[in-house]
Amino acid sequence: MTFFVVVSAIKVFVVFNLIMVGVALLTLAERRICAWMQDRLGPNRVGPQGLFQPAADGLKNFLKEETYPAQADKTLFTLAPLISFVPALLTFAVIPFAAPLPTPWGVVPMVVADLPVGFLYILAIGSLGVYGIVLAGWSSNNKYALLGGLRASAQMISYEISLGMSTVAVLLLAGNVTLSQVIAQQQQGAWFVVSLTLAFLIFMISALAETNRLPFDLPEAEGELIAGYHTEYSSMKFSMFYIAEYSNMVTASALMATLFFGGWDIPFTSWDQSGDPSVLKTLATLATFLAKTGFFLFTYIWIRWTLPRFRYDQLMALGWKVLLPLSLGYLAVIATAIWYLHQQLGWSYGTPFALALGAVNLVLVVLVVWWLDRGRIVSGSMVREAA
Amino acid sequence: MAIGVKVLKRPTRETSYLRATLKGMALTFSHLWRPKVTMQYPEEKSAKDWTISSRWRGTHRMLTDEQGRAKCVACGLCPQICPANCIKLVPGEDEDGHRYPLIYEIDEFRCVFCGYCQEVCPEEAIHVGVHYENSEYSRDRFVYDLERLCAQTHPVSTLWDPSDPKGE
Repeated sequence: MTFFVVVSAIKVFVVFNLIMVGVALLTLAERRICAWMQDRLGPNRVGPQGLFQPAADGLKNFLKEETYPAQADKTLFTLAPLISFVPALLTFAVIPFAAPLPTPWGVVPMVVADLPVGFLYILAIGSLGVYGIVLAGWSSNNKYALLGGLRASAQMISYEISLGMSTVAVLLLAGNVTLSQVIAQQQQGAWFVVSLTLAFLIFMISALAETNRLPFDLPEAEGELIAGYHTEYSSMKFSMFYIAEYSNMVTASALMATLFFGGWDIPFTSWDQSGDPSVLKTLATLATFLAKTGFFLFTYIWIRWTLPRFRYDQLMALGWKVLLPLSLGYLAVIATAIWYLHQQLGWSYGTPFALALGAVNLVLVVLVVWWLDRGRIVSGSMVREAA
Repeated sequence: MAIGVKVLKRPTRETSYLRATLKGMALTFSHLWRPKVTMQYPEEKSAKDWTISSRWRGTHRMLTDEQGRAKCVACGLCPQICPANCIKLVPGEDEDGHRYPLIYEIDEFRCVFCGYCQEVCPEEAIHVGVHYENSEYSRDRFVYDLERLCAQTHPVSTLWDPSDPKGE
């Protein structure tokens, strides 16, 4: 018991700090990658390659004046950044980030809390974050902030459904919501991205919307709403929204890696999951996990600096008319396929099972891409007038 | 249609967002590796990509003769013409009857860099310079005295020549 408490405390401390450092570096990565994509260099003055730029930014934020709008609801105005900041950091707790680490006192699982409710916990806590944004928008007593908050609530509720639906497919296949079990299942056969490609695509799009990243950043929408829900925030309170956004990105990327890309699993070898745990295995799997997460973080940034923002009706149309029916239909198809393979043919999950599902997915993806590519989904307003 | 207006071909039917997205992603990715256009200014001063015109009117420079004395004869034309009233000149005369400036100061903060002083100078002594890096630690360092004006080494402005308006 003492061992568990001590180990948990250490893990909480280490993971919290790593995420904060990761978020800091991510802000730098975002600025530098965006600069490179625009043929610029980006911030490279503070420290080697600009590595200390986030520290300078953080210091600046601490020293800035805290402003309170005269008509704001002081309590909620102060509380709102906390409400979006805390759930953003909490969600990472259930994500396993490496193979178990052996210590002289016992084997330590490399996850802060391997909750039996696993993924449900992430959905539950993750959806708390929207309260922070809505309350920030409302308590500022500013029409732009309120509009941002309203948009955030509508958007996050819409996309949460397809996000949840796309993960139901994962849970069907894994038979368990505990994330370590989900990883274990993927290690037996192929990664779920093979057997649930379409679910992955839906999950990725919904996760973009859930984290308020471009092209779904309507709650912020600096061109239309100044800065949306955090218009009135300054200093560290603004910074907390920023940190929340980026740690949501980290969690979403880690979740994509865990649910669909085998988590800390090293591909094409069973060395990492069989035999006795060792320090080398832990480090190797940690590196794998970081690489996968880093790839998705890069994709996030890449998408942000490529795509323009959706119009509000386009956003809603995509959420309700495309992703929701798609994920529901997909769920029906994939459940039938799993039932057929499992019950009728008596296969258990393994490479042939995954490949069979992969074939089904390939057909579905081709169909969906063909359907989307006819271009009935997102269109300019002038086009509709002409038609 | 006015000359030089580029008319983009807009789609008349609904178009695919998917292909456009992938195309855009490929484009931004390729830009990651392209050479960057940023000139890292204090370390890099590219004379090729960023030159200032020879007509540039920057901080002043007083030209000197072979003995290292200022060419100025303290005629008083430059403080007279100066629209910003930034030139302070106290004339003096030596025993041979040569006039020279006892005090010659230019307040570069007051100066509007019109270049009239250079235009009006009969001895081609005072010039505005082709120079733009002027930072100092205190305000009073921006009042240039005669010694400082003579010590400047940057090239002097050619000003605008009405007979050659395009500088050819």
